[in-house]
Amino acid sequence: MDILGLPVQALFGQLLIGLINGSFYALLSLGLAVIFGLLNIINFTHGAQYMMGAFVAWFLLQYGVGYWWALLVAPLVVGATGIVIERLMIARLYKLDHLYGLLLTFGLALVIQGLFRQQFGSSGQPYPIPTALSGGQNLGFMFLPTYRGWVIAASLVVCLATWYVIERTKLGSYLRAATENPPLVQAFGINVPRMVTLTYGFGVALAAFAGVMAAPIYQVNPLMGENLIIVVFAVVVIGGMGSILGSILTGFGLGVVEGLTKVFYPEASNTVIFIVMAIVLLLKPAGLFGAQK
Amino acid sequence: MAAEIQHQRAGSSAIQEASPPRGFAHHRIAFVVMAALFALAPLVLYPVFMMKVMCFALFACAFNLLLGFGGLLSFGHAMFLGTAGYASAHAAKVWGLTPELAIVFATGCAALLAFATGLLAIRRQGIYFAMITLALAQLVFFFYLQAPFTHGEDGIQAVPRGRLFGLVDLSEPIAMYFLVYAIFIGGFLLIYRTVHSPFGQVLKAIRENESRAISLGYDTDRFKLLAYVLSGTIAGLAGGTKALVFQLATLTDAHWSISGEVVLMTLLGGMGTIFGPVVGAAIIVTMQNQLAQLGGWVTVVQGVIFVVCVLAFRRGVVGEIGHWLKKPL
Repeated sequence: MDILGLPVQALFGQLLIGLINGSFYALLSLGLAVIFGLLNIINFTHGAQYMMGAFVAWFLLQYGVGYWWALLVAPLVVGATGIVIERLMIARLYKLDHLYGLLLTFGLALVIQGLFRQQFGSSGQPYPIPTALSGGQNLGFMFLPTYRGWVIAASLVVCLATWYVIERTKLGSYLRAATENPPLVQAFGINVPRMVTLTYGFGVALAAFAGVMAAPIYQVNPLMGENLIIVVFAVVVIGGMGSILGSILTGFGLGVVEGLTKVFYPEASNTVIFIVMAIVLLLKPAGLFGAQK
Repeated sequence: MAAEIQHQRAGSSAIQEASPPRGFAHHRIAFVVMAALFALAPLVLYPVFMMKVMCFALFACAFNLLLGFGGLLSFGHAMFLGTAGYASAHAAKVWGLTPELAIVFATGCAALLAFATGLLAIRRQGIYFAMITLALAQLVFFFYLQAPFTHGEDGIQAVPRGRLFGLVDLSEPIAMYFLVYAIFIGGFLLIYRTVHSPFGQVLKAIRENESRAISLGYDTDRFKLLAYVLSGTIAGLAGGTKALVFQLATLTDAHWSISGEVVLMTLLGGMGTIFGPVVGAAIIVTMQNQLAQLGGWVTVVQGVIFVVCVLAFRRGVVGEIGHWLKKPL
């Protein structure tokens, strides 16, 4: 069976890889958007924190702690380091131009990635797929490895839960209000600085969560977040950071676009997201879901 | 928050108020000292090392024109350095052009790239500008990774330096040195002139308050685009020259880490100062040479310098000296 002269197997195979990549784009760009909304900084350390999540999972495995605990512990640990970074460093920059936040987090990313590379080299450490998720299903038109299906489902659930908390709960309404007008929200007796700290911790934890899920698919590598973060920046520019659902949709959508490009024109698969970004900038400069200021 | 940003920037505004009517004298003195130091340096230091410093200094000055005076943070300036490097190496080696033509061609290529990417990047402001330039530079990097004429990981090697105007043999280190010296000083003076021209003043106005500049009738997008193209072009001049110095053009020059390095040079030397990027480039290139045997630690050290500069040393070396002398340098 062929579609457009291509075997169905190959097409769906790449579509699946696209959705997997899209899951990571969605989780990471969601974290960036949440952090940007409240802190007004672009967290360049995001890729390094994604990598740290994968490494925490790998460390835990050396001590016999498995995947499921890692999925819980790694985001907490990395989120806690994020909170320390926010308190000690980022908090000093809120009164300055936003560019300083970008420069600081860029420097931190260099430090973290450099230290991990010194310690572990640039070759990857393997991380096995948990036994409960090994194997796969034959769907008739393609073979779906269980772990890959799990990654897509789990990241969708986490993304939608984040959307629900921010858009539909009281806590989320405080967060949105603080994004609009921090002094006013503070005047109502809400501890905005603590909320800012926790928000940063949460965004970082999302990155670490993505890192743990990525560990069995890609190897655990000190440089795994380095180029990914640049692609995620392009995803954020394309989607615009105004809307949570927009970030999620853009992330998954661009993953699929990238997967399809691998089928039809593999030479451009590295660059297609940047090209989409250029086109979106020409047609709709504020991004697909962004509001023009 | 806006008020506090104003307050933070009050320092830089004071600089501009003080500089135009008087105070060019100390710029002149500093310039003569700098020009003399670079002219005499090959007597004590390796010429190739000093040529590297001058290329990166010019690159950082070009970057500072955009960030320090236009307030636009580009995180993709490596694309100009890399593009010009490939262009001049290809022109000199494959087409057999003379060195001056190769450099002119390389600079032109960088200018075209700056125009094309600038049209896209200036459509968004602030933090988005940085992300867009980074993404576009990554696009350019992947293009060079795959294009056949760049020879992938090997790069274009053994580029002939040739004869300048068909007369001067540039394989003589001292001849090459003074060509680089002339280009560096020329580029530096061009940037200095630009910053102190009416165009430069409008650019500063846009940096301080874009809406107000628009309300005064300036087409700010055109000013920003012109500044971006000028910055990319001079960065290309530095890149084209550098490829002839090292007789090599590789992917490294187009990699995002170079974009980060030029930000670091400017930040460390002093954003928005005239001489800061030169000092910053000299420090970073020296550090890379001294720490070369430490391998990967260089990245860590650079990251630490970034963090320290942002948290505690935002004026940079030259900015601090200028503040201490009460004369902006």
